[in-house]
Amino acid sequence: MAAIFAFAESRDGALRKVALETVTAARRAADATGGGEVHAMVLGGPGIADAAEALGRAGADVVFTVEDAALARYSPEVAAATAAAAIADGDYRAAFFPASAEGRDLAPRVAAALDRSLLADVTEFTFEGDDVVASHPAYAGKAVATLRLSGAPALLSVRPGAVTAVEAPRTPRVEARPPALAPAEARVVVTGLVARGAARLDLAEAPVVVAGGRGLRAAEHFGLVEALADAIGDAAVGATRAVTDDGWRDPADQIGQTGRVVSPDLYIAVGISGAIQHLAGMRSSRVIVAINRDKDAPIFKVADYGIVGDLFDVVPRLTEEIRKLRAG
Amino acid sequence: MKIAVCIKRVPDTEMRFTIAADGKSVDPTGLKYEMSTFDEYAVEVALRLNEQHGPGDVTVVGLGPDGVGEILRKALSMGVDRGVHLTAPEVPFDGRVVAGALAEALTGQGYDLILFGRNATDTGAGVVGAMTAGRLGLPCVTAVSHLEIANGRGTARRELEGATETVEFPLPAVLTIDEGIARGRIPSLKGIMAAKKKPIDTREASLGAPAIVVDRLAPPPDRPPGRIVGEGPDAVPELVALLRDEAKVL
Repeated sequence: MAAIFAFAESRDGALRKVALETVTAARRAADATGGGEVHAMVLGGPGIADAAEALGRAGADVVFTVEDAALARYSPEVAAATAAAAIADGDYRAAFFPASAEGRDLAPRVAAALDRSLLADVTEFTFEGDDVVASHPAYAGKAVATLRLSGAPALLSVRPGAVTAVEAPRTPRVEARPPALAPAEARVVVTGLVARGAARLDLAEAPVVVAGGRGLRAAEHFGLVEALADAIGDAAVGATRAVTDDGWRDPADQIGQTGRVVSPDLYIAVGISGAIQHLAGMRSSRVIVAINRDKDAPIFKVADYGIVGDLFDVVPRLTEEIRKLRAG
Repeated sequence: MKIAVCIKRVPDTEMRFTIAADGKSVDPTGLKYEMSTFDEYAVEVALRLNEQHGPGDVTVVGLGPDGVGEILRKALSMGVDRGVHLTAPEVPFDGRVVAGALAEALTGQGYDLILFGRNATDTGAGVVGAMTAGRLGLPCVTAVSHLEIANGRGTARRELEGATETVEFPLPAVLTIDEGIARGRIPSLKGIMAAKKKPIDTREASLGAPAIVVDRLAPPPDRPPGRIVGEGPDAVPELVALLRDEAKVL
């Protein structure tokens, strides 16, 4: 029986949250296509094989571990060659990648190496006979495309957060594999990795995102947003394009069509009017709260809960109430 | 340097649009088009590189129907030297097919750099750049937010979740351009006049059969109607209660 391949992303010797989501997606695909095995692959420096246990808990029957001191950092060409070789050598119905920053880089390389098409950045998928049918948000979030890919192996990358990782524990068979391309042969080499604002959760992974817009009026007022995020605890801070363009925040904090796409459990929009390009980056959040002076602002059309008012009064009060809740 | 930039014509992202009667495409009636945002950044990067490193030659390549000529012309008015229009009735959703046609047009032309936008703002898959690099056998760096070129080598920065990566690569190479590196310049009147005399080579795109087809294109599911909890700070306690007890997110 055909199996399902899952690429398990790691960074700095540890699995990323999306690795477990990818294995869960693969497990779901395997169960939907007759209950075949899930084969997960993880690359990294010495010790990365320890990740096999967590991948087994997430539903991997087999874990391919590719350990090499030169793979402590992501090596796009080595990862692509090694994943492509594994997919080509096996009997796979489908192969899953995360549509994370690394996965968006890797998956099309693997697809090119295999000369296969790729269903990129999908939020849902089903198997229909020889086809995979998947949803992909397109046109700046103004439309959802339902795409049909025929043939096997079907390659898919899944939007982070679109699949919730669930446990499907088993004790995996662990198989060490060599890199399919010697790391020294790679032309493209990652020479540095610097964490940005390590004190705070990343936008893509935080269960809560607090984002600020032009309504904050000046860079220093972002302290209000930071304080609210601190009170909540497990929150990341984002911004609109107008704000990053003005240099109030780092471009990497931008949420929207030309920035990051997030879908946290809770999104709090502070002083954000809700331009279509911004909505493209956050409208799939589970619960949206908007705080804005203008009751006609488009952000209220997508918000589950809104407060109309001056954010300089409302946000400090919200921070205070959440602190009380957390303390109580 | 000899640089090619692959650009896509997409519906203006600020416009509302309707789904066509076939339920699979955008209704073109009254629709305005533009160069995809990240592709415009890529054009700007190409122009700046040659401004820094001495004279060079920049070609823009666009694939699609007649209207593609307009965005090629816009790039020429920004300062690009020449255009290539690969004609096709539409741009297939399957990036592999697009990459095949682009690779065929780009191969053997001696480009030092081939640039793409990170992704198109319509289909938003972000796969064509890396797939084209694969076809051409060239090194590739995706989602570049900062770039330096010296002595036939490049150093690029990429923004990851919570971290910034530095990547080194040899030329020739394929790069896809992200936010943060450059915004497209506004064409000058002189540039617009000069663009009229610049060459656009038009030929048919050689598109293979796609494995991905569009079954349906639909507006995103409506969010359930929300409510205004109240006005001003006095509404905050109720909001917190709702977030805790009803939405269960606090």
